[in-house]
Amino acid sequence: MNEATGIKEIIKPENLAYKKSNVLTDDIMHYCPGCGHSTTHRILAEIIEEEGLQKDAIGVSPVGCSVFLYNYIDIDWQEAAHGRAPAVATAIRRLLPDKFVFTYQGDGDLAAIGTAETIHACNRGENILIIFINNGIYGMTGGQMAPTTIPGMKSSTSPFGRDVKLMGNPLKITDIVATLPGTYYVTRQSVHTPANVKKAKKAIRKAVNYQKLNKGTCLIEIVSNCPSGWRMTPVESNKWLEENMLPFYPLGDLKAPEVQTVKQIKSNKAND
Amino acid sequence: MEKELRLMKGNEAVAEGAIRAGADGYFGYPITPQSEIIEYLMESKPWETTGMVVLQAESELASINMVYGGAGCGKKVMTTSSSPGISLMQEGITYIAGAELPCLIVNVVRGGPGLGTIQPSQSDYSQAVKGGGHGDYHLIVLAPASVQEMFDFVSLGFDLAFKYRNPVMILSDGAIGQMMEKVWLSPYRERSKTVPEWATTGKPDSRKRNIITSLELDPNRQEIFNQKLVKKYNLIRETEVRFEEFQCDDAEYLYVAYGTSARVCQKAVELARNEGIRAGLLRPVTLFPFPVERINELAGKVRLILSVEMSAGQMVEDVMLSVAGKVPVYHYGRMGGMIPAPDEVVENLKERIIGG
Repeated sequence: MNEATGIKEIIKPENLAYKKSNVLTDDIMHYCPGCGHSTTHRILAEIIEEEGLQKDAIGVSPVGCSVFLYNYIDIDWQEAAHGRAPAVATAIRRLLPDKFVFTYQGDGDLAAIGTAETIHACNRGENILIIFINNGIYGMTGGQMAPTTIPGMKSSTSPFGRDVKLMGNPLKITDIVATLPGTYYVTRQSVHTPANVKKAKKAIRKAVNYQKLNKGTCLIEIVSNCPSGWRMTPVESNKWLEENMLPFYPLGDLKAPEVQTVKQIKSNKAND
Repeated sequence: MEKELRLMKGNEAVAEGAIRAGADGYFGYPITPQSEIIEYLMESKPWETTGMVVLQAESELASINMVYGGAGCGKKVMTTSSSPGISLMQEGITYIAGAELPCLIVNVVRGGPGLGTIQPSQSDYSQAVKGGGHGDYHLIVLAPASVQEMFDFVSLGFDLAFKYRNPVMILSDGAIGQMMEKVWLSPYRERSKTVPEWATTGKPDSRKRNIITSLELDPNRQEIFNQKLVKKYNLIRETEVRFEEFQCDDAEYLYVAYGTSARVCQKAVELARNEGIRAGLLRPVTLFPFPVERINELAGKVRLILSVEMSAGQMVEDVMLSVAGKVPVYHYGRMGGMIPAPDEVVENLKERIIGG
């Protein structure tokens, strides 16, 4: 028995502990090895599949590394101009109030060029989910400084490290939107370990259910890595994330509704 | 159902026209001289009657991107603004053109550049008819010359937008937006229940996913898309030219003017004829597509053409291209919010005649 046949015999549906979501397409993702985008895409696709949302989901993709997100998740998509996804999603959800509408945006898209659209969609309490990938860098354009680049962090436009006196401070936009009355659930997660992937997925599931109840805007920040932009191996980048990004962007809920299950909320609503 | 007659402002006619055209959504940001449009809509509360969504956005940038999102769902959506706001919208407009989405944009033009004035002007002509944002594209541009046309062109604009999957602009100005005239209101059209096959409304099992985008990294495929747009614009040029003629049959001298300037020139034609000068007027109703052929035909019959605009001379370039050197073409314009008077337009024609 040669090696190839050996593998074929092992890879059988009954032996698989892990399978690709049916909502993911067969397109090969263009992301660099170790990038958090692909993991986040996967859990998002899994939630869409598990919650039976494929026919109801409309995603808004950003400008940035995840610009081709619409090639990977098999739902209807709109590709927004840089930073404008929350405005685009606002109209979609208001015109199609029974659909599941979300944006997927990077830090440059959401916290620099799209700051106004982000803040105002959240403040109006649009019933959309915003998934915010924060890797502290402009990945697609080649590793320039982002609004979330942490002090001292090197990038191609802060080659000696971010000097906050010269370049300004990183913007903790998730903390800001958590203070707005329109947001219902604001949390910061990561996907750099299996345990964190599980937590992040749980957060997405919560947000999906809050949207069904029209509770207001949900924003999930995923603190992520950029091995290529950070000039590190995937393993190094995850270590660097843990040691440098997480102390500055601590994980956890910034705004969460009182702990009660969606079932309870639904029954409360029925009693109103 | 009988038509209703009402006295209203041009801006109010746009708002009423939107509700009656069966619009699904309006997204806008206040700016003078067109804020009555969103005020009228908020006062009318169409979400309680037709179900139309009305939202005041945080900026023109947000408004036009809301229009993008709504149009991507196959809905009849629109925004309105005035010159500085329309400049801010150019990013969204080019994305809408690039994604081939139908929508309606109304520009109630004021004088510029910059913050300029709040008085009427026609200085956004080139921006409107040549594209406005980056990339090769065109809007279909309608130029109303009355409050009635402000009302009628909303419905017409939506129809053209959906016929060609192309953004349509109503290029008005502060005079037509603010003045009051009687308007025959046509009956309410029901909001459309049909979903275009390209719209993003959630993917049923029966079809592939729909993607609204203007992105194409492969230059070969991008060029094929550009060629497709060119073909569409040529079809629009062949099919949708609209204009109006006033005393052109025996005219020796031709005015070309649109919107407010056309109203001035219509009076100027009368005044000139009282003095024995056989003047006529061609009023383009569509600025894109431009009435190239008809102007060229008329150029063969008249001695000279005077293009009258409230600008430094923008449409005159298209008049010259249409005339193709057959007869002299001149420009007369007022700027900065000034509207020419009929007698000064006649005087200018006389100077050209003597000069010629």
